[in-house]
Amino acid sequence: MNRHAWVTGLLMPFECARMALSDILKNRMRSFLTILGIMIGVTAVIALITTISGVSSSISDSFAGMGAGQLTVTISGSDLKSGLTDENLETLEALGHVDGIAPTVSLSTHLVRGGERETGISVSGRNEYWFAAETDIVRRGRAINRLDIQRKSRVCLIGQDVLDEFFYGVNPLGETIWLGGLEFTVVGLLDADFEDADVIIPYSTALKMNSESVVTRFTVYLDDAANSESAQTLLSAALDEMFSYEDDCYEITEMKALESTMDELLGMMSALLAGIASIALVVGGIGIMNMMLTSVTERTREIGLKKALGAQSWHIQLQFLLESFLLSMLGGLMGVALGLLLSLAMCDYMSIRFHLSYGAIALGTSFSAAVGILFGWAPARKASRLNPIDALRSM
Amino acid sequence: MSDFFQMSHIYKRYQTGGEALTVLKDVNLTVEPGEYLSVLGPSGSGKSTLMNIAGCLDTPTEGEYILNGAHVDEMDAHALALARSREIGFIFQSSQLLSRLDAQKNVELPLIYAGARPSERARRAREMLDRVGLSDRMHHFPSQLSGGQQQRVAIARALVTDPRILLADEPTGALDQATGRQVMALFRALNDEGRTILMITHDLSIARCARRVVHIVDGVLTEGGDARNMQSEAAS
Repeated sequence: MNRHAWVTGLLMPFECARMALSDILKNRMRSFLTILGIMIGVTAVIALITTISGVSSSISDSFAGMGAGQLTVTISGSDLKSGLTDENLETLEALGHVDGIAPTVSLSTHLVRGGERETGISVSGRNEYWFAAETDIVRRGRAINRLDIQRKSRVCLIGQDVLDEFFYGVNPLGETIWLGGLEFTVVGLLDADFEDADVIIPYSTALKMNSESVVTRFTVYLDDAANSESAQTLLSAALDEMFSYEDDCYEITEMKALESTMDELLGMMSALLAGIASIALVVGGIGIMNMMLTSVTERTREIGLKKALGAQSWHIQLQFLLESFLLSMLGGLMGVALGLLLSLAMCDYMSIRFHLSYGAIALGTSFSAAVGILFGWAPARKASRLNPIDALRSM
Repeated sequence: MSDFFQMSHIYKRYQTGGEALTVLKDVNLTVEPGEYLSVLGPSGSGKSTLMNIAGCLDTPTEGEYILNGAHVDEMDAHALALARSREIGFIFQSSQLLSRLDAQKNVELPLIYAGARPSERARRAREMLDRVGLSDRMHHFPSQLSGGQQQRVAIARALVTDPRILLADEPTGALDQATGRQVMALFRALNDEGRTILMITHDLSIARCARRVVHIVDGVLTEGGDARNMQSEAAS
């Protein structure tokens, strides 16, 4: 290749870009209307992906707060063994990486105090480990302790609804209530935001009220969230032994697994919505193609003149292709900015943390670039193939 | 035999509706460096086709065309574009300036495709506009220029790549008589400086401005002789 060809080859993309930009700016209104489709498409894609990313991040945070370093075990039991005894729980508690075990026993009963009666009171049986993990849950008074568990004490902590209903204007601490016909002393007041149960009692007492002797659901607190896998292996081995290696007697669930399932679902939803939104990008691309074809027809004379002045076919093709590319990219960048603003507003409205998704920005801009090249190719090819004589005849 | 500009036994045929139409018939034309030649002919005589072949916009169906030592009749599209960029300066009937570019940018246009750097382009465009007497109109847009000024910008554009030959297609066709005379005076001055000019026209008074005239009728080219003799023959 001679020097002339090298210089022309190096300078030409810049020259063509300059000419293309000049043509875009010359027809500002038409250019703006042409890029609207791309702009709307990219705005929708960016807003959807970024907002869903924010939702996903918010859910992850919640899961992390709820379940980091915890395993939930649900016992379905076998014909010979329906649940775990206190001794079984002690065995599990002694395993490596296990900090403590908190059984969950639920029941629904009636509450009576001073002539007032309420049915359908949800009662949850817990132990000291649960209170240790659920910090700030006791507003006043004390939590359930190990002695309460061992003695199957009739002590309880009450929630806001019970307080309002039965202790209006009265300090509940030290007062008594009747749960399922048994007398309990109120030793603590639960946080106003706690909504999982109306009353919390020692789990051993709850088992007795249910006429049960075994636990079927419990949470395992680990020494470190990073040891989850090895703890699960140890737990599985111990539980297999307890259930004589029968299948399907228990299930160990990790909150992290639920979180990744949720992430997968959100990812699928995000891809689906982005896919629907990208239809607008294709429509925008067709708009660009239409505008470029009109432009080629309008500028036939100019193409002929440029060819007569020495332009090669690829110079003409490059100019029109760059014009289409720049139009699409302009729409794409405006779409990215608008999409981020929209997403910021949506995150603010939903009170979730705005999460800037670089992937979405890259997707939006690269999709715009691809649309510009793809839909600009045919008009650019048409322009480059014009016969200079025919083009000059249109003068 | 000249290798500067030599057309030998050129034929151009078109197929229209199953019928072969021969537009140029055995055209032989030689142009020497520094010559000022006009091709005179009525509409439909084939002079535009001759111009297209001479300007490397088209290739002959038959015959040999040598321009600056290269066989144009054997060139592909890429080589033809290079030849147009390096060897030829076009001047059209109407100036054909791009309306969104000012005079200087219009003149710079051929240099873009010739691969000149921006600073070099600007310098040469200014020189050429100065040469055609438009140094004070460099940043005027075509709509701000008169017809004669626009044609002078087009001449500057044709000259800016320093081509071997200027091809002018009815260069005064869109101008009034007085402005046409000014353009012809400019052509004569350029020829006096050694520029080779090939002009096609249907107007005898314009053709006579050249130093040599050839006639074309129904695709057949005949020598018309020295323009000054033609003038005296016409008068007698």
